[in-house]
Amino acid sequence: MINAVGREIPEEILEMTGKEVFHGNNYFDGYVFKKSGPSTKCVINSNGSKVIESIHEALIKCEIKDGMTLGFHHHFRDGDYIVNMVMKEVHKLGIKDITICASSLGKAHDPLVEYIEDGTITNIQSSGVRGRIGEAISKGKLKGLAIMRSHGGRVRAIETGEVHLDISFIGAPTCDDYGNCRGIGGKSNCGVLSYSMVDGDYADKVVAVTDCLVTFPNFPAHISMTKVDYVVVVDAIGDPEKIASGAAKPTKDMRKLMMADYCTRFVINTPYFKNGFSYQTGVGGASIASTISLAKIMKERGIRMRFGVGGLTKPMCDLLINDQVDALLDTQDFDLAAVESVKDLRHFRISAGQYASPFNKGALVNKLDFVILATLEVDVHFNCNVVVGSDGMITGAQGGHPDTAAGAKCTIVITPLLQGRIPAVCSEVTTVTTPGESVDVVITDYGIAINPLREDLITCMKDVDLPFKTIEELRDIAYGIAGEPQKVEFGERIVGIIESRDGTIMDVVRQIKPFTFSDSDKLR
Amino acid sequence: MEIMKPAVAGTLESCDCQVTVEPGDGEIDFTLKSSVMNQYGNQIRKVVLETLESLEIGSIKISIVDKGALDCTIKARVEGAVYRAVGQTQHLPWGGVIRP
Repeated sequence: MINAVGREIPEEILEMTGKEVFHGNNYFDGYVFKKSGPSTKCVINSNGSKVIESIHEALIKCEIKDGMTLGFHHHFRDGDYIVNMVMKEVHKLGIKDITICASSLGKAHDPLVEYIEDGTITNIQSSGVRGRIGEAISKGKLKGLAIMRSHGGRVRAIETGEVHLDISFIGAPTCDDYGNCRGIGGKSNCGVLSYSMVDGDYADKVVAVTDCLVTFPNFPAHISMTKVDYVVVVDAIGDPEKIASGAAKPTKDMRKLMMADYCTRFVINTPYFKNGFSYQTGVGGASIASTISLAKIMKERGIRMRFGVGGLTKPMCDLLINDQVDALLDTQDFDLAAVESVKDLRHFRISAGQYASPFNKGALVNKLDFVILATLEVDVHFNCNVVVGSDGMITGAQGGHPDTAAGAKCTIVITPLLQGRIPAVCSEVTTVTTPGESVDVVITDYGIAINPLREDLITCMKDVDLPFKTIEELRDIAYGIAGEPQKVEFGERIVGIIESRDGTIMDVVRQIKPFTFSDSDKLR
Repeated sequence: MEIMKPAVAGTLESCDCQVTVEPGDGEIDFTLKSSVMNQYGNQIRKVVLETLESLEIGSIKISIVDKGALDCTIKARVEGAVYRAVGQTQHLPWGGVIRP
């Protein structure tokens, strides 16, 4: 069946998953459902401590068995030790058929490939995967279907009961003996624990894992003791260097600076750029540079931001320090400046659900004026792909891309026209993750295209001196330089689905096929 | 032209390619590793074969490690390697044989 972004979703996949095809962003507006709660083991007459000896003991106490679903968060990013640590013990116990439901997985989790190959892990649900796990899935090594969902989509899937978390592990930079967790105060700080909050609320068993046990009460708690069954103390929960990097030096890449300049000039010419506007940006070099150049113009014109959302980095936190924004609303911290800023009283921690879930009574993304995003590919229908590489290999994550793009009044995607030889603006993206209806503007180093659906934006840019082009013109320039890429050939087997934030199917990912030269043009 | 000795041209930088040529066994022995194999593998081979043809080379071992080079770069690197392999480093026929 063809969905609203023109992708063919095979019947077998609809039957297997019980899902519908994507019908458009607002298909579920007003939908009513009953939330699916966890089973809870009451603690009334305890000895006053939940600390147990080891991950192994936690698994035994949580009655781990074949076929369970385990929840994890990715606040430690490439520095995470928790997922591997837990899965090693699960593997030792000879448990099979585990579903990993993580907010995201990255290169830190390459060792999981072994467990995918031997059947310890048979299903993966994540915002995305990188490194060797991505390759393993693309090569068809995962027994089940990989499900890629956005940050808001994960919360939706858990709250509706589409996925039930049996045990969730929360890596906690600090924790007390009764399970109050915080993202700060320890030796491996990640700032906030936003992606884990839904695990705290919905997993049957919750295990806090920390390398910094502090005196009770660890307040204000980011995850409350009322949600935590056990506390395990380990030597290290992550590599601090890879969790939060030092402040990235602002980019000096002229191409990125030029795109950032285009972006800022676009933003300030929209009607949304006025006192009290709201703003979110990704962590790409050009996005960060845009925040820096926007801050300068805000100062010049005396314009104040009401709130900034993130995925935060230093330039966003500088807005708070320089009193250019009233509040920061934080789901994740990418550098030490952002982690440090968590202590500021105007820096608020929010849950992933508050941030982005489409299935609550209104998420923050719906209140965004601007979001500045990156992409691997964008096509002439403005559909974006942030999960599957142009070579067909799974190599990225949805993150909050589809959530923020759907919510914001003005969604801007910045990408160099060519990524190496690969045209970022193309006729059809390899896999759709964010539908074109959510994307308003594409900014490249060769020009800017406004989505024709946004006649209002086209009108207000009429007299603005920026290199406006149609999206087709941008594609033609790219193909003119690099040549038109051959369509990647896939095998038949479907290895994963790209789930829309509302749980419908946006696209499918097929098994990769080794490249062979075409026969038409034989060697002499 | 006849390939006399092994020669290399190009680098492994992004958007470049490294071309290695050796004397052949009477045919064109072509191998390619490319970061954009799935999308441009056939195109790269076509450019290489056309370039060899215009250089009138029918016997060669040519192996390319490509990091996303554009056609013009690939062509230039193949020509560079070939002229080194035939020992010609001066009076290169730019705009002549190599740009038919």
